Amino acid sequence: MIETKNLTKTFWDGNVETKVLRGIDFRAENGEFIVIMGRSGAGKSTLLYQMSLLDDPTSGEIIIDGHDTRIMTAEEKTSFRLTKFGFVFQDYAILPELTALENVVLPLLMQDINTSQAYAGAKEALSKVGLSHRFNNIPSQLSGGEQQRVSIARAVAHKPKVLFADEPTANLDNESSGAVMDIFKELHQKGQTTIMITHEEQYAKIAEKIIKLDDGKVISVNKNIGRIF
Amino acid sequence: MFSTLNIRIGFFLSVRQIKRASFWTTGLIVFVMVLTFLNLVVVSGILVGLIQGSVNAQRIKYTSDVIVSNLNDKNYIENSSEVINIIKSLPQVETISARYRLGGTLEANYQTRKETDKPNIASAQIVGIDPAAEDNVTAIAKNIIEGKYLLSTDYDKIVVGSFLLKQYVPVDNPGFAALDKVSPGVKIRIRVNGIQHEVTVKGILKSKVQDISRNAYMVDSQFRSMIGRSDGNVAEIAIKLKVGADPLAVREALIRSGVNKVAKVQTYADAQPQFLKDIVQTFATLGNMLSSIGLAVASITIFIVIFVNAITRRKFIGILKGIGINGKAIEISYVFQSIFYAFCGSIIGLIVVYVMLVPFFIVHPIDFPFSDGILVAPIGQTIFRMGLLVLSTVIAGYIPARMIVRKNTLDSILGRN
Repeated sequence: MIETKNLTKTFWDGNVETKVLRGIDFRAENGEFIVIMGRSGAGKSTLLYQMSLLDDPTSGEIIIDGHDTRIMTAEEKTSFRLTKFGFVFQDYAILPELTALENVVLPLLMQDINTSQAYAGAKEALSKVGLSHRFNNIPSQLSGGEQQRVSIARAVAHKPKVLFADEPTANLDNESSGAVMDIFKELHQKGQTTIMITHEEQYAKIAEKIIKLDDGKVISVNKNIGRIF
Repeated sequence: MFSTLNIRIGFFLSVRQIKRASFWTTGLIVFVMVLTFLNLVVVSGILVGLIQGSVNAQRIKYTSDVIVSNLNDKNYIENSSEVINIIKSLPQVETISARYRLGGTLEANYQTRKETDKPNIASAQIVGIDPAAEDNVTAIAKNIIEGKYLLSTDYDKIVVGSFLLKQYVPVDNPGFAALDKVSPGVKIRIRVNGIQHEVTVKGILKSKVQDISRNAYMVDSQFRSMIGRSDGNVAEIAIKLKVGADPLAVREALIRSGVNKVAKVQTYADAQPQFLKDIVQTFATLGNMLSSIGLAVASITIFIVIFVNAITRRKFIGILKGIGINGKAIEISYVFQSIFYAFCGSIIGLIVVYVMLVPFFIVHPIDFPFSDGILVAPIGQTIFRMGLLVLSTVIAGYIPARMIVRKNTLDSILGRN
């Protein structure tokens, strides 16, 4: 379970103050699929970065499975991201000099998992996203959709508690976007807690909860009655 | 922390980065490291080698491995025959050359000059040698550039060092006298110990060892009778040792036998002129200074290379940290890359030095006025310098990597400053 209480984030550019988050209260239960929507500049990505411990809030609390993140050291946060979280970025964010398999196996090796088990896990994760024939391809040899699937495989190979996705289909064509969203659906059906940012209503329909932000505030929290699965 | 896990991940990342980096970029970095290695080893090696060539020549062509010479207050070694017997009894000794030596003058134009003309006289050390024994020890015959070397039966003949002849010494210094128009076949007059004798120049020898080029050589039996040295006491004995024998051990054995009471006993190193020792030290210091500059250049090069690499990969470093890869593992990956560049550069450098340059300079020494310069690169010193290079590049690689890795993770991912 992830919970934020009165979360704020303010950026300073010289004397210019920009309040991006203005007291966000948010709660995601285990196994939930939550979509965050809002116009550009609403604070969606900033909220995601705070919850995923990639950034520190200006004030407020983030509680993850009972852990108050304010008292965590940078090293503990890194370890938390490694073991508990998975990340899918808008621009795939896979490492260009590693093959698909190496990209996926790296976080597993960092968890000190036995090498053969790590590679087996990475192959399984890649196979699940339909890339069993692309193990040894480097990113430049993959299409955008395939790169995003590698990114998803990397994010879920270690079975994270929470999967964070920041507009995972923004750079993909319709066909690839559909394939990626199918993977998210499948993961969710297996109980994966997912928090995803998207601009696209059609993909929001698969979520259980849709949170809309505007000007750094939650303007609506809707249980998605009309879910498509 | 530099845990095993971080090292393992660092190695994993560095191997892939090197493997999939641009061949030309890697090649250029390694090339720079090769040049740096050569700068470290070759520059100081040649500086020292210029003098080492002179030291080697002094050993090979004059002192041999050990030299026993007259005490400062004597013109000869007392009881020379006994000393020679002691020397020959040592198992390490291969052969010796006993030399008579006295200062004298050579006069060239005495047959043709008018009474008003200035006599053409040059001062020289006149050395009486057993031609065969001397050649066995110092290969002196190889230095003959005109005419022929002496035979043991060559009475009234002399071999003159080129430094005594005007045509070989293009220095017009009123304080420096040399013989004019003297070549093989020309008669000259020598004066030693008050005795004057006419001899024919049989050959001219030239060596970068000035002790040789300033001498005039005669057969020992004639020289001995000329100077009245009926006791057979010589001025110096050059001792050539068997291959692998230690000159120090021979010196100590001779001292234990009491030879030092009648003569100076020196290894080739002891007998080096003080100025050579001073130059070796000065050049070594100079070489070290130049090497230090080379090391600094190498460090800065690696710093820039790793910094540029890390800064252009800042986003990916951010992603690595974002997905939970320990920052230390990322730093270590750059350290491994630095080690790779330094090792590749050093290994290629080692090959260039020991397979190409050292043999080349042995065959084609640098023509230096007082030596045949070689490349001196003792393996121990070279490995030490290689270690310095690797260490400095490790530090130079680690610092920029740490600078970039320490930046805020999200700022790195988003490319924010």
